[in-house]
Amino acid sequence: MSKISEQHATGSTSKPTLAVFKFASCYGCQLSLLDAEDELLAIAHQIEIAYFLEARTRALEGPYDIGLVEGSITTEHDAERIREIRRQCRFLVTIGACATAGGIQALRNWSDVGEFIQQVYATPGYISTLATSTAITDHVPVDFELRGCPINTAQLVELITSLLIGRTPRVPNYSVCIECKLRGTVCVAVAQGISCLGPVTQAGCGAICPSFNRECFGCYGPQELANVTSLCERYEERGEPRDHLVRLVRNFNGYAPAFRAAGDALEEESHG
Amino acid sequence: MQGLIDALKEDGYRVIGPQVADGAVVYDELESLEQLPLGVIDEQDGGVYRLARRQDAGYFDHVVGPHSLKRYLFPPQETLQQLQLKDGGWRVEPQQFDEPPLAVIGPRSCDLHAMAIQDRVFLEGPYVDPGYRARREGLFVVSVQCRRAAATCFCHSMKTGPRADHGFDLALSELDDCFAIEVGSERGGRILAAVDGWKPGAPTIVDRANDQSSQLERSMEQRSTTEAAPGAPKLRQLDTQDLRDLLLNNLDHPRWEQVADRCLACANCTMVCPTCFCSSVSEVSDLTNEHVRRERTWTSCFTAEHSFLTSGVVRNSTAARYRQWLTHKLSTWIDQFDSSGCVGCGRCITWCPVGIDLTEEVAAIRETTK
Ligand code: SF4
Ligand code: SF4
Ligand code: SF4
Ligand code: SF4
Repeated sequence: MSKISEQHATGSTSKPTLAVFKFASCYGCQLSLLDAEDELLAIAHQIEIAYFLEARTRALEGPYDIGLVEGSITTEHDAERIREIRRQCRFLVTIGACATAGGIQALRNWSDVGEFIQQVYATPGYISTLATSTAITDHVPVDFELRGCPINTAQLVELITSLLIGRTPRVPNYSVCIECKLRGTVCVAVAQGISCLGPVTQAGCGAICPSFNRECFGCYGPQELANVTSLCERYEERGEPRDHLVRLVRNFNGYAPAFRAAGDALEEESHG
Repeated sequence: MQGLIDALKEDGYRVIGPQVADGAVVYDELESLEQLPLGVIDEQDGGVYRLARRQDAGYFDHVVGPHSLKRYLFPPQETLQQLQLKDGGWRVEPQQFDEPPLAVIGPRSCDLHAMAIQDRVFLEGPYVDPGYRARREGLFVVSVQCRRAAATCFCHSMKTGPRADHGFDLALSELDDCFAIEVGSERGGRILAAVDGWKPGAPTIVDRANDQSSQLERSMEQRSTTEAAPGAPKLRQLDTQDLRDLLLNNLDHPRWEQVADRCLACANCTMVCPTCFCSSVSEVSDLTNEHVRRERTWTSCFTAEHSFLTSGVVRNSTAARYRQWLTHKLSTWIDQFDSSGCVGCGRCITWCPVGIDLTEEVAAIRETTK
């Protein structure tokens, strides 16, 4: 990875510039950046926060060195806007499940959006939306994905630090189970028979849910070699109803390819 | 028993021992006898662990749980070094080893063999791990002689149990009316002498303790000739004859792909294995780059980073990773350390979410090469 601070996109400032953009999302991931209270000042020292509407009203013109994108693409207008943003950013990073996989709103991809609009809005004619919620990478090339719903602040700081120094960020793509074992949690899938998505989900949260005796919901999306079919077969064998499993894999990252394929296969089997 | 806990504390040890938490028997800080899992047994099978109450069960009739001595001697995460940028140069802050020594009540024979294997990895040869050495030298082991085995245990096959005959400071045999205690080291004897209410027992007690171990051993040996009761978990065993060559001669066996259809590459097996020692070391800097920590974290041959070379990831498939794990554990470990990397504790079977069982995988490969 080349060092961002050595050649800037803009000649005007001495510091590399950062821009934060929002699409269909809940602000949670942007808040993670603001949550990095201890590091935020240090970040602001090293980086020019050029465009971050949720944090400051001053907005500098592009191009930018680092662009963080939150949210998924749900309208024609957004599909156009992300292409322009791509042109403006040297290094484009998606942050969170929405930007990386379409988010919870991608549940619409399995339903009839037209029908929702008719039922929900008083004047459906005002609504202009796409039938799907899709990941940024479906529209433009992305340089790095930070997973999570929301993202982990420490991973975000790690990403920015590594971009500044020019080294590979330390963001593992292995399973949540590894983090679960590192912290010494007793496996809820084995000891309590709970259907946990940890084995097929990418690490990043520190395995929080199992430490509270709850299953992993797959916030960080599929791990590198996610074998969702095998895991679901196992859970089904021991009594988990298939429709529960479909709901489990169709969550924040349900439209990520590995989860999507497994959910669709489960559903097909139950109808077939 | 309480006297022993007190004597260890009195001597400056931090005492940990088995207790029930979150549906399993795990190690945790031990203050009193009351915390021990009296009347509790663990039923184990591939991907299944359940606690049950049994009238006649004593304090130690559970066997091995998800934790092992590994967590304490080779912690999951450790800062090896800290560097501080000062006046244009790096100042190295030396690692401190000032934790109080640890006394662990509960390790079984298989666990002691596993510790001996890790000792070989971390203490022998030119590179001695200073943290491991400090913790290991301080460690006081109160081993427990198994009088019950789980269906997943196969120490009898690996010649690592069920009876512990060395590697402990004290070894407890739980009898119906008392404990028999065997002394394994000079400091073991010293602690025992300080235990309130302890007195040397009659030779008959020693005989009863030995009988109990032999009985368990015999029943495990008979696994090869007895069928498991219908509905009950299969009683594990592993035929170790020519095992090293069996696997190395079958690197292209179709079984590797078959097991990969089920395997999740989740790494639970390697995390719970008491002999697995792989770790990844990385330099973690803060934003100013003036303070760097060198951190070591457990890792696994089931991750991509484990086989990442400059040309990329070498083992890209689950089949390649499972084969790496099993052939290292059972074959190339012998070339490397003069012993098998498996002590037959069964943890990898129990804690695999889909219940993949290495004894079954080996048997399947053996079956086709007869
Ligand atoms: S509780 Fe879930 S995340 Fe933790 S080890 Fe078990 S399956 Fe993996
Ligand atoms: S493998 Fe053997 S020594 Fe280990 S717990 Fe089981 S019976 Fe005891
Ligand atoms: S390979 Fe499995 S049975 Fe053998 S020592 Fe490791 S965890 Fe125990
Ligand atoms: S063998 Fe089991 S525990 Fe090990 S990586 Fe495969 S699925 Fe996970």
